[in-house]
Amino acid sequence: MSEYFNFLVFGIFPYIAVGVMIFGSILRYDRDPYSWKADSSQLLRRKGLRWGSNLFHIGILLLFFGHLVGLLTPHWAYAPFVTAGQKQLLAMVAGGVFGAFAFIGMVILIHRRWSDPRIRATTRPMDMIILLLLFVQLVLGLLTIPESAQNLDGSSMIALAEWAQRIVTFRSGAAEFIVHEHWIFKLHIALGLTIFLVFPFTRLVHMFSAPVKYLARPGYQIVRKRG
Amino acid sequence: MTIRAQIGMVLNLDKCIGCHTCSITCKNVWTSRGGVEYAWFNNVETKPGLGYPRNWENQDEWNGGWKLNRSGKLKPKAGGKAALLSQIFANPNLPEIDDYYEPFTYEYDHLKTAQESKTVPTARMKSAITGEFKDKPDWGVNWEEILGGEFDKRSEDYNFANMQKQMYGEFENTFMMYLPRLCEHCLNPTCVASCPSGAIYKREEDGIVLIDQDKCRGWRMCVSGCPYKKIYFNWQSGKSEKCTFCYPRIEAGEPTVCSETCVGRIRYLGVLLYDADKIQEAASTKDEKDLYQAQCDLFLDPNDPDVIARARADGVPDSWLEAAKESPVYKMAMDWKIAFPLHPEYRTLPMVWYVPPLSPIKSAHESGILGDDGVLPDVKSLRIPVAYLANLLTAGDEKPIVTALERMLGMRSYMRAKTVEGYRDERILDQLGMSENMMDDMYQMMAIANHEDRFVIPTNHREYAGDGPFDHEIAFDTRGSCGFSFGNGCHDGEAPRSNLFGSQTHANTLNGNAPGARTPGDGWNTNGTKRKSS
Repeated sequence: MSEYFNFLVFGIFPYIAVGVMIFGSILRYDRDPYSWKADSSQLLRRKGLRWGSNLFHIGILLLFFGHLVGLLTPHWAYAPFVTAGQKQLLAMVAGGVFGAFAFIGMVILIHRRWSDPRIRATTRPMDMIILLLLFVQLVLGLLTIPESAQNLDGSSMIALAEWAQRIVTFRSGAAEFIVHEHWIFKLHIALGLTIFLVFPFTRLVHMFSAPVKYLARPGYQIVRKRG
Repeated sequence: MTIRAQIGMVLNLDKCIGCHTCSITCKNVWTSRGGVEYAWFNNVETKPGLGYPRNWENQDEWNGGWKLNRSGKLKPKAGGKAALLSQIFANPNLPEIDDYYEPFTYEYDHLKTAQESKTVPTARMKSAITGEFKDKPDWGVNWEEILGGEFDKRSEDYNFANMQKQMYGEFENTFMMYLPRLCEHCLNPTCVASCPSGAIYKREEDGIVLIDQDKCRGWRMCVSGCPYKKIYFNWQSGKSEKCTFCYPRIEAGEPTVCSETCVGRIRYLGVLLYDADKIQEAASTKDEKDLYQAQCDLFLDPNDPDVIARARADGVPDSWLEAAKESPVYKMAMDWKIAFPLHPEYRTLPMVWYVPPLSPIKSAHESGILGDDGVLPDVKSLRIPVAYLANLLTAGDEKPIVTALERMLGMRSYMRAKTVEGYRDERILDQLGMSENMMDDMYQMMAIANHEDRFVIPTNHREYAGDGPFDHEIAFDTRGSCGFSFGNGCHDGEAPRSNLFGSQTHANTLNGNAPGARTPGDGWNTNGTKRKSS
């Protein structure tokens, strides 16, 4: 039973979650483009954003890309340069520092959203849900650090990376790499996948619109022709 | 050279009576929706004063508009592209809603439902955002109406720069004027430049600057980029909105709502031809005081055959070239030199221009004796200081303002002599270097101000959008289409009040119901949140 459950959550659920994220986002972008936005509340209250929003965004972006690179780089690609143990240590330190950034930022943001009358009055349920989901996910992520510290040989990290790589390359047996890991890791992954699942129904969609193209715009002005 | 055409506007401040009709009609048409109750695409301020949003003119505070960097290159004052992106998580230059005012309504319902009491029931003020009671507003769209508030505060007005302003706080020397403001539809708009999504654009055919609501992601850089603070963030939909120059009306050859409804007939709309290749160069003019002239140099003479041929080759329709010849805006700005851009020093090359107001003559001259400047009173003795007007309209250069005021004063004297005393005062014409024709034209345009003289607006010619000279598909494409809509585009049925991807983006906060008040059949609070069922 528990093995079946393990397979369901770590073998099947990833595809459902990512599938819903991709198709849900496409559907929203196409059907309801007016709702696609960052949903900033800075106009209503400036206070708390300079530290809160900056720390949160910088922290979470670096964490995201850290996970992306850390989990999806095959072992043979980095083996000549660092050992698995060294890579694990790097992940723990970087994750700890940026996790702390994001943690401080989120505490400020949650406090602002909860206590400021204007922000609270204009908060939609999904805004609060996604904020709390991310916060719990962040705390779980930070809790994995002391857990990792118990075992510095990198084996656990390699298992998790193997799971991720098998999932994205559609190979079987991915879930088996998770089954013996500590429950904190399991919970962190399951919640992470849940965030993928709810992604298109939240303000997180603004991630897809990160305006990096702006840097490549020739000149500053935009003129549209008739029609 | 690439010739483009734009519909520009001139406001004759000499005739503005500050009635706010433009603001009200604009609001009723464009911003009578939730999230933009605080936004006035058109508003009328009393000057001197700090304005709306508070102190908007002072770019040391807001960092709007452009600046030249050390090497003389033009950059948004808030920073280049990378610098702007680094500010995206928390924009340091964004005004807070209190800088405009917290939108509010009154608890009208209480008047109908109050129990019997000794005192008359009142409708208390309620915030449209939180629904909390408020004692009083503390800023607003015309807060300093007719010199409201103490001079100490009003005198922080940016236009007092380099002036000895204390004396204007004295009763005998006080002065005021109205300044109606709307989006300037600039040739070099900073809002367009600072929009990271590329959602804001200038229309090639008529120069109107618009925000693509489906492309706007709410990064809010345009709000701070615009030095006139004429882009408003809709706090319910999370997108920016701005004056549309009533483009559906303009396309049909009709004046904007603010212009059409102006009871003082102070507004003029007409075509200007300009050289689009020289915009960057003009905006990069080194000395701020030369920016007014640099912008004038962009405008092309609509009667010049070479200009006409070139414009035609660049795709400007013939009807627009004909309209350009009759353009009241060109006449006032270029032929008569009596209209000026608002704050050219922001380097945005604004396209809504202003005729400076005349004012009563001060002190010794007032007993009917004219000034010492020959046949006309010295404009320096006008109550509104020329230096103040110059700070507003020409980056501090007083000469063009003096010329304009003299011409307007001269027109009055000349026409008075002509119609009341029955003779042509050649001395006035000589002193001003104006011909009789020019004087008559100016009088016809500014004093009589007939509808057909004020508004010379060619229709849009959508059919030009196709490959051929007349594209049937395009010309009739929008007939019977859904027009202006929110959310679901042209899909059948009403835009959903709530859907999978969040909730509705607008709730009407201008319906007279305080937030949280019950309305039958409506499950939404006026601040856009779902009402808890009780």
